[in-house]
Amino acid sequence: MTSEFVSVVDIVGSIREGKTTASAVLEQHLDRIDMRETEIHAFNHVMAESARANAASIDADLKAGKERGPLAGVPIALKDNMCTRGVPTTCSSKILEGWKPPYDATVATRLQQAGAVIVGKTNLDEFAMGSSTENSAFGPTRNPLDTSRVPGGSSGGSAAAVAAGFAAASLGSDTGGSIRQPAALCGVVGVKPTYGMVSRQGLVAFASSLDQIGPFTHTVADAALLMEVIGGHDPLDSTSLDQPVPSLTAVLGQGVKGMRIGRLADMPDGCEPEVLARLDAAFAALKAAGATIVDIALPSLSYCLTAYYLVAPAEASSNLARYDGVRYGLRVESADLISMYGATRAAGFGAEVKRRIMLGTYALSAGYYDAYYGKALKVRRLIANDFAAAYQSCDVILTPTSPTVAFPIGEKTSDPLTMYLCDIFTIPTNLAGHAAMSVPFGTGAHSMPVGVQILAPALGEPTMFRVAAELERAS
Amino acid sequence: MSPSSDAKTTPKITAQVVAKVAHLARLDLTEAELALMTTQLTGMLDHFGDIDKLDLSAVTPMAQPFPIKNVYREDVVVPGLDRQEVLDNAPAPQDGRFRVPPSNGSES
Repeated sequence: MTSEFVSVVDIVGSIREGKTTASAVLEQHLDRIDMRETEIHAFNHVMAESARANAASIDADLKAGKERGPLAGVPIALKDNMCTRGVPTTCSSKILEGWKPPYDATVATRLQQAGAVIVGKTNLDEFAMGSSTENSAFGPTRNPLDTSRVPGGSSGGSAAAVAAGFAAASLGSDTGGSIRQPAALCGVVGVKPTYGMVSRQGLVAFASSLDQIGPFTHTVADAALLMEVIGGHDPLDSTSLDQPVPSLTAVLGQGVKGMRIGRLADMPDGCEPEVLARLDAAFAALKAAGATIVDIALPSLSYCLTAYYLVAPAEASSNLARYDGVRYGLRVESADLISMYGATRAAGFGAEVKRRIMLGTYALSAGYYDAYYGKALKVRRLIANDFAAAYQSCDVILTPTSPTVAFPIGEKTSDPLTMYLCDIFTIPTNLAGHAAMSVPFGTGAHSMPVGVQILAPALGEPTMFRVAAELERAS
Repeated sequence: MSPSSDAKTTPKITAQVVAKVAHLARLDLTEAELALMTTQLTGMLDHFGDIDKLDLSAVTPMAQPFPIKNVYREDVVVPGLDRQEVLDNAPAPQDGRFRVPPSNGSES
């Protein structure tokens, strides 16, 4: 448990046992939103009215003895890049302001079918491009633990919503660390599942070969439960893995005895000493619980940043071509079609999105494709090969989630490269398509939380969650 | 600038190249944005030159985490999106269609 707030598992239990109601639980969360949302700005859109109606319907059904699912009455927030039918979905961009999707994302449908109450849509870096939630067209989100600091990003609103007790859990999307890094900076649990484990249908695409949806929660058990609800094959996503989600809630008590935990022999520069001290403490805790620590190498690690910042913008520049002022969103009227496109996109996109579209278009353009995008794809293969070799000698790898604790708002906005370096530990997982999660493990500088990242191979979630549960017990 | 499989990175990026890319990306950038973008892209591409020292000649590119084959569904009729709900989101719907400015006379 990372804070004074009640876990998803406890909420579900209390409602089921009749100790409280879905409506009462919702009102507690809405009260906290009333008290602190102006200061934090976790949400782009609070859905108080529909949430109250849903909670009342769940209470009525439960009273009548009807089953309402494993998350009955749990208030959950969605990152505002997941489609919700008839409810604004902006991606924190002016270009989608006012857009009401005509369909629900698969994850939204699955949460609702499981009885969750959607409380709102959370703020993000525009189109999930950023590491601090300062790139939102609607203003930054602040870290609930210290409002002079960022919550991380791009799913900063989702992390802050859980850390501030605005929702019992939330969903984010992770393209290069956008769930794990804000989870670490806000002191909550964050999971980036194996690519294809959670449907991307209805997730507004940033970089399709890297994007994956996952949960933010207070506890490891809550994260396991949410994974079981949102995961699993979806015929509407052609990259969805055609197999069921392994049971995760069942393995949490199995411990780590005999497990081999990988430790980077060469740690990249730039980590705060307090962050490294917490990582050492995590290794010590796992060793004390019966695991073996194994030194491993990822020789291509330092090239991941380059590979990622060529591949992701390349895919983004293609994905974001759809914002053309024709079918939805903003249009700036102009005399002819081409100038309408250019004027609309210039007015609708923010600086970071424009920068990445430009970088991606350049990396894909004739004459530069082989020198940039083509090479980046080969480096991507190298890191996947590195992981394959490392996992010959270990079951999971432990690293810091972020080299630093939450930094002050405005500190890194002037230099894009400095901001990109926040993602050094999280990017490799996305390039490889593997699983990873961040677990809070004490505090570092300025008493801000430190997250430890557990990296696991593709479909390694059961092992990863066992390690996470052990770290939670030790923290 | 002809494509070549062992092309080196770090070709010098100029304001003209940036303007060309902005046109390809359908982004009307101001003079100030073009200047800033030239500086920032140059800085990034310099950093990205780090992969030039790798010998990648024998490495297979990896575009996706897992091999993906075409995924088909049964050829049966399923409900589509609600037409009115879709059109309600359009900036300029007209007679059940999307109205756009003329493409005549514009550059290609």
